[in-house]
Amino acid sequence: MTDPVRQSYVDSHRSVAQRLPGSAQPWLRRVREAGLSRFNNVGFPTLRDEDWKYTDVRVIAKQPFLPVLDPGDGVDGERLRPLSFAGLESHRCVFVNGHYAPHLSALGTLADGIVVDNLATVLNQQPRELEGELGRSAPGELHGFAALNTAYLMDGAYVRLGRNCELELPIELIYVSTGTDDNRRVTYPRNLIIAESGSRAVIVERFVGLGQNRYLTSAITEVIAGPSAHIDYYKLQEESQRAYHVHGLYLEQARDSAVTTNNIALGAAIARTDIQVSLAAPGTCSKLNGLYIGTGKQHIDNHTQVDHRSPHCISDEFYKGVLDGRARAVFHGRVVVHQDAQHTDAQQQNKNLLLSPNAEVDTKPQLEIYADDVKCSHGATVGQLDPDAIFYLRSRALDESTARNLLTYAFANDVINRFALDPIRRAMEGRLVSKLLHGQQLEDLA
Amino acid sequence: MTSPANDLDRLVGREYKEGFVTEIDAETLPPGLNEDVVRAISEKKREPAFMLEWRLQAYRHWLTMREPRWAQVQYSPIDYQAISYYSAPKQTPGPKSLEEVDPKLLETYEKLGIPLEEQKALAGVAVDAVFDSVSVKTTFRNTLAEAGVIFCSISEALQEHPELVRRYLGSVVPQGDNFYAALNSAVFSDGSFVYIPKGVRCPMELSTYFRINAMNTGQFERTLIIADEGSYVSYLEGCTAPMRDENQLHAAVVELIALENAQIKYSTVQNWYPGDELGRGGIYNFVTKRGACRGHRSKISWTQVETGSAITWKYPSVLLEGDGSVGEFYSVALTNNRQQADTGTKMIHIGKNTASTIISKGISAGHGQNTYRGLVKVLSGSDNARNYSQCDSLLLGDRCGAHTFPYVEVKNPTARVEHEATTSKISDDQLFYCRQRGLSEEDAVSMIVNGFCKEVFRELPMEFAVEAQKLLDVSLEGAVG
Repeated sequence: MTDPVRQSYVDSHRSVAQRLPGSAQPWLRRVREAGLSRFNNVGFPTLRDEDWKYTDVRVIAKQPFLPVLDPGDGVDGERLRPLSFAGLESHRCVFVNGHYAPHLSALGTLADGIVVDNLATVLNQQPRELEGELGRSAPGELHGFAALNTAYLMDGAYVRLGRNCELELPIELIYVSTGTDDNRRVTYPRNLIIAESGSRAVIVERFVGLGQNRYLTSAITEVIAGPSAHIDYYKLQEESQRAYHVHGLYLEQARDSAVTTNNIALGAAIARTDIQVSLAAPGTCSKLNGLYIGTGKQHIDNHTQVDHRSPHCISDEFYKGVLDGRARAVFHGRVVVHQDAQHTDAQQQNKNLLLSPNAEVDTKPQLEIYADDVKCSHGATVGQLDPDAIFYLRSRALDESTARNLLTYAFANDVINRFALDPIRRAMEGRLVSKLLHGQQLEDLA
Repeated sequence: MTSPANDLDRLVGREYKEGFVTEIDAETLPPGLNEDVVRAISEKKREPAFMLEWRLQAYRHWLTMREPRWAQVQYSPIDYQAISYYSAPKQTPGPKSLEEVDPKLLETYEKLGIPLEEQKALAGVAVDAVFDSVSVKTTFRNTLAEAGVIFCSISEALQEHPELVRRYLGSVVPQGDNFYAALNSAVFSDGSFVYIPKGVRCPMELSTYFRINAMNTGQFERTLIIADEGSYVSYLEGCTAPMRDENQLHAAVVELIALENAQIKYSTVQNWYPGDELGRGGIYNFVTKRGACRGHRSKISWTQVETGSAITWKYPSVLLEGDGSVGEFYSVALTNNRQQADTGTKMIHIGKNTASTIISKGISAGHGQNTYRGLVKVLSGSDNARNYSQCDSLLLGDRCGAHTFPYVEVKNPTARVEHEATTSKISDDQLFYCRQRGLSEEDAVSMIVNGFCKEVFRELPMEFAVEAQKLLDVSLEGAVG
C-alpha cells in the first residue's frame, strides 16, 4: 500500500537533497535520512494515533506541499514594520519563507561568547560545531511532521550562549511566511538554542503570516539548557488564517536550570504545538504558560509533556483558552514522574472558556507517576462566563456586552500577567482585545 | 515494634484466601472458537432463533475487529482458540430447593462465607448464584414475583420473556461496540436478567455471586437490568475466584436501562484471583459496563471496589439521554504486587440539565500500576450539563505507579465541567499523629486508607461496605513500611 502523497515527499526529497545546506556532511546526511525514513514509515498522523485523537490533519495530508528552496522577495522592511512590538528592543533575526533574510535582520552587537547565526550558514561553514547537538533533544519517535522537518532541515536560528554569558536584550526570531498563490508551500524552520552553564537569555520566537495564502509551517525548536542556565522563551504564533502550523519545541534541562516557556497561539486554521520538557537532572525548574484564543473555524491543539526524570524538580503548567465561533481547542498535558524522581513537585492547570454554542474544547490532562514521594496535581475546567459575575457588573450599570468583555479579558489576562517581558505583555493585551472582544470599550484597558 | 519489612513480607505473602478448586463434573465444550461453537452454545441453551442470529452477527463482526492496545496495561497475547467457551456444572435440572443442589457447590459458597440459607434469613438478600456459567439457584423468586419483579438468569429470560430480551439486549452495548463486547455477544453463556415494572421499588437488594471454576473456561457473563418508569433497584455483584496458574479471561457485558424517573444502583466488589507476587496467573477482567438513562430524571449509579484480578480494564459508563438525568461513579481500585488496573468511567451528556459525579480513589502498592481513565463528553444539545470529577491516588511504596488520564470533550458553552486529581503518599505527619495516639503502624495505615476510601464505601450497601473494608485490609494492610 503506497500512499502517493507520502511518496511524493520522499521523491521530492531525493531531488533537493543535494541543494540542502551542509549536504556534504555525512553526519547530517544521516540525520536527514533518519528523518525521511521515519516519515516514510509513519506518514502523517491520523485520528487513530492517541496523540492526534482530536486533531484531524487529513486536509494537510491529502496533497503534497512543496519545499521553498529560495527565499521569496517582495517582503521589505515596510511590510514588517507593523509587526514590531512597541518598546521591544531586541537582537532581531528575520526569516522569510524559512530562509534567513539578512537585510531585514538586525543582530546588533553581541558580547563575546554569544553566537546568534542562521543554521544554513553554520552548516555550510562550521558544520562540526553542530554535530551531535542537532536533533539531540528531539524525542526518539518523531511524528510525521517533525520527521519531515528533520528530513528537509534547511535553515533557522542557531543560538549559543557561552558559559555565564548574559544577554540583556531578548533575541527575537521572526518567521515570516507569505506562501504562494498555488497554496502549496511548506517551510521547515529549525532552531537550535544551546545555553551553556550559568548563561541567561530571553528568546522570542514568532511565526507571522502575511497575506491570505494557505501554506504549511512545520517547525522544530530544540533548546538545551545547561547547568544553572536561565531561559525565558516566548512563542507567538500568528500565522495566516488559512495556514497550517505544526511546531515541536523540545527542551532538555540540566541541573539547577530554569526555563519558562510561554506559548501563545492566535493564528492558523490548524495549529499544533508539541512541547516536550525533559527534566534530566536534580534541581531543575520548568514553567509552562500557555494562552490560546480561537475564533472562526480555527483548530488549536497544544500538546505538552513534562518528564520528571530526576529528583527535586519542579514543574508548573498553566494553560488557558478562550474559544468563540466554531473554534475548537485541544489540550493534552502529560506529566510523567519516572521511578526514583522523588520530591517532585508537578502542578498543572488547564482552564477553558467557551463563548459560543458551537465552540468545542477537548482537554486531556494526564498524570503518570512511578514514584511515591511526590506532590502532583492537575486540574481542568471548561465553562462559560459566570452569570453571577455578569449580574454583578450589570447591577453596577455596565451593559451586557461590556460586562462579558471585561470578564473574558480578566480570564485571559491571568496568563498574560505571567509573561515577564513587558512589551510582550502589552502587545498581547492589545491582541486579545482586537481578536476576541466585541466592541471597542476595552481598548483603554490594553 | 516489629520491623515493617517483616510485616510487609508477611502480609504481602498472605495466601489468597478464596483459592481452592471445587471438583465437579463440568460439561465443557472443547477449546476453540468458530461458528459451530456459537451455534452449539445457542443450541445447548435452547435459545430462540433470533438469538442465534444475533450471536452469529456479533461473531462475524468480532472476526473483523482488532484487539485494542491503548490501555496502560501489559499482558501476553491471549489465544482465543485455547479457551473453552462453555462449561456447565452437571446436575439434575431445575433444583427446587437447596437439598437438590450439588452439596459440593454449597460447600464452595460456605467457604466463601456466603451461605445461601443464612443470607436468606439474615440479610434478606436474594442470591442468583452463578457457578461457572449456569445459574444454580435462585432464591426469593416468589417474593420478587409478587412485586412483579423479574429476576432470573438470562437464559431463562430468553425462554420466558424473549420479547423483553429482544427489545433491550444490545441496545446499550451493541454487538460490535468493542472487541471484548463483540466476543461476549457471540459466546455469552449466562448471566442475570432483571426487570422492574413501572412504579415498583424492588423490595430487596438483588445480588449475584460469580465464580470462575472450571479450568480454562473464560467466563462471559451477560447482565441486563431494566428499570421501567418510576422504579428503583439496587443490584449487588461480587466476585471471587479460585487460585489458578493460567491467566483466565473474563469478558462480561453489563447493560442497564433506566426509563423515566427510574433509578438503578449497581454495586460491585471485585476480588478475582490477582496472581501471585511475581505476577503469574490471575484473571484478566476486561468488562464492558454501560448504563443508559433513557428517560427524563432517571439515575444510574455505579459503585465499584476493585481489589482483585491481575488486570482490571473497565469503564462503567452512563449515557445521560433523558433530560435531568443523573450519572454517578464511585470507585476504589487497589493494585498490589504486579496487579494492573486501567479503570474509570465515561459520562456522556446528551440530554439537558444532566449531571454527573465521578469520585475515583486509586491505591497502588508493591509493583502495582493503577490508572484512572475517564471521559466526560458534553454534546452540543446538552444545555446546563454539570460534571464534577475527582481522582485521588495514594502510593504505597516506591515501585508502584498511579496514573490519571481524564478526557474532557465539551461542545456546549453552558456546560460546567471540573476535573481535579491529586497524587500523594501517606504523610509522615498523619502516621505520627496516629502512632502518638497508640495505634500500631499497621492499624494507622489501615485507618488512613479506609478514610481515603470512605467517600466511596459510603455509597455501598451495608453488607458490601463491610466486605470491602475486609478486602482492603487483606489486600493491603502492611504494604507500607
